[in-house]
Amino acid sequence: MASGSVAEPRVRVAGRGCVLRGDDIDTDRIIPARFLRCVTFDGLGEHAFEDDRQQAKGDHPLDDERFDGARVLLVGRNFGCGSSREHAPQALWRRGFEAFVGESFAEIFFGNCVALGLPCVTLSRSVLEEAMDSVELEPGQELVVDLEARTLRYRGGTRPVEIPDGARRQLVEGSWNATAVLLEAGSAIDARARELPYVSGF
Amino acid sequence: MGKTLLDKVWDAHAVRELASGQTQLFIGLHLIHEVTSPQAFASLREIGAKVRFPERTFATVDHIIPTDSQARPLADSLAEEMLVALERNTGEAGIRLFDPPGGQQGIVHVIGPELGLTQPGMTIACGDSHTSTHGAFGAVAFGIGTSQVRDVLATQCLALARPQVRRVGVNGKLGAGVYAKDVILAIIRRLGVKGGIGYAYEYAGSAIEAMTLEERMTVCNMSIEGGARCGYINPDETTFDYLRGRSFAPEGEAFERACAWWRGMASDADADYADRVELDAAAIAPTVTWGINPGQSVGVDECIPQLEDAPFEDRAGLEEAAKFMGLCPGAPIAGTRIDVAFIGSCTNGRISDLREAARVAKTGRVAPHVRTLVVPGSQEVARQAEAEGLPDVFRAAGFDWREAGCSMCLAMNPDKLAGRELCASSSNRNFKGRQGSPEGRTLLMSPAMVAAAAIRGQVSDVREVL
Repeated sequence: MASGSVAEPRVRVAGRGCVLRGDDIDTDRIIPARFLRCVTFDGLGEHAFEDDRQQAKGDHPLDDERFDGARVLLVGRNFGCGSSREHAPQALWRRGFEAFVGESFAEIFFGNCVALGLPCVTLSRSVLEEAMDSVELEPGQELVVDLEARTLRYRGGTRPVEIPDGARRQLVEGSWNATAVLLEAGSAIDARARELPYVSGF
Repeated sequence: MGKTLLDKVWDAHAVRELASGQTQLFIGLHLIHEVTSPQAFASLREIGAKVRFPERTFATVDHIIPTDSQARPLADSLAEEMLVALERNTGEAGIRLFDPPGGQQGIVHVIGPELGLTQPGMTIACGDSHTSTHGAFGAVAFGIGTSQVRDVLATQCLALARPQVRRVGVNGKLGAGVYAKDVILAIIRRLGVKGGIGYAYEYAGSAIEAMTLEERMTVCNMSIEGGARCGYINPDETTFDYLRGRSFAPEGEAFERACAWWRGMASDADADYADRVELDAAAIAPTVTWGINPGQSVGVDECIPQLEDAPFEDRAGLEEAAKFMGLCPGAPIAGTRIDVAFIGSCTNGRISDLREAARVAKTGRVAPHVRTLVVPGSQEVARQAEAEGLPDVFRAAGFDWREAGCSMCLAMNPDKLAGRELCASSSNRNFKGRQGSPEGRTLLMSPAMVAAAAIRGQVSDVREVL
């Protein structure tokens, strides 16, 4: 799975959707800092959006039983901004989400997702809102995020989605576990280091 | 066509191009702390890998450390467990840990620069989004997640796509009572909290060049709040003067050779930028956030924006912010009553920040209903402040002087807001719940503005106090 050392290709994610509206949702909201007092990522899933859910008193998409078992989270603009905490995608993944569809994603959150094998794909605001409306109307429908075809399929049709080419290739080719890929460089790393004047003390 | 600093640093550190189209980039300096590293070390053990360049990683404890007493064991058993894990992981790997007994502990983005670890032309990574701070030296510095901390520990490299560069020019002279914090808040207000996605910000222009290194750190620190993972300022004599004589800086003739290399890494005059933006320094007022992201700010002499003045697609967000903050659109921000005043953080916890706040503290006493925390960014900053008599100035005015750490910037230690408390804060994020209470509210501003708010008990224009 996502925390394993061997990367499996992530070509498509299929499953039900969950609609989380709102822009600029930061990682402090996804997982409040007090839950970062830990030395493993275990148990983070139950605290995803803890404070937002408390304040919504049960009226939060993550507590909406129509979205039970959802694997695709639909979000707005600049999702995952703020802190670099990987605890945020870890919490969402441990809650069952394996793909994110939004208008845009903050860069560090996006990178953290790729490192866990979780695709974040983007589409225009108008198409996103159509998809959100459709999922809210028919929560039982299956969504398919297809990285090979670069599409989102849902009841309303098949829509093109965007994902930077490098990340797409990492996911589709199963090279998203960067450590394994970077290790392959071997002595080229030492060679590069030796050429840097600050490494050799100027 | 010339090259930007980003391109020069990138090319100097590229190990190879990867099949994904990304670059395998060598990381010159890796900084770690107790929150985002334990899972990386555990994962390293799982795959049987060793720390490849332990001498290029440095550690400290900052997020969870209490600011009243750092005595061990820490009162919070979870915090103690994290510190024990950091001690064990760094000890086993041979990584240097700057902990409280050693006297050089502090916020990771404060100690890197003050020790001279942070240098121009380097690539710097840390599992913390405010790593952009180090860009003030002309380094390419950015925050990473825990999987990437593992990447750096195992290989001293990261797989990254090269960002584009936007040159953010700030020209002219800042008015009295207007600080680096106001400049970066004004930049984010102008370009938005997601405007920087995919970009590195190069801050330039006469107002930036006139800044001290500490002021430059404040600007670069909040690059990420504008969506830019990395922000930098070209190195110059101010940079070299700051570095000369610091513990980890080169010495003697090596320092002169270093200066020559550092100078060469600055952007060429004819460098090509993907985008350029200009701001007028003289037009920037002391700035205060009123909402729930750092882009939602106004000058202290302005009113909280009306919903109908905003573009349609932004209105839902503004409405949510006004509702959460309990502030009235159309009302002046000045005069907003505060409950707590926090001076500190990697944005504004350095000696010059404390000096400016102390100048204001000398003008009065903390209002009776306001709770305060003044938290130096490092033990070194605390020693320097003590040598200058600043703690006495703060205490005499009724401020609570604490020990070094991240403190109430993100409230992972016992320093937290309670209930709906409203905090005037010199930190970097006004997100919902950021300062430890789910309903707690934050107004970001400069340290001098925080001190003024503490004394008057409400948001006040520091220009009237100084």
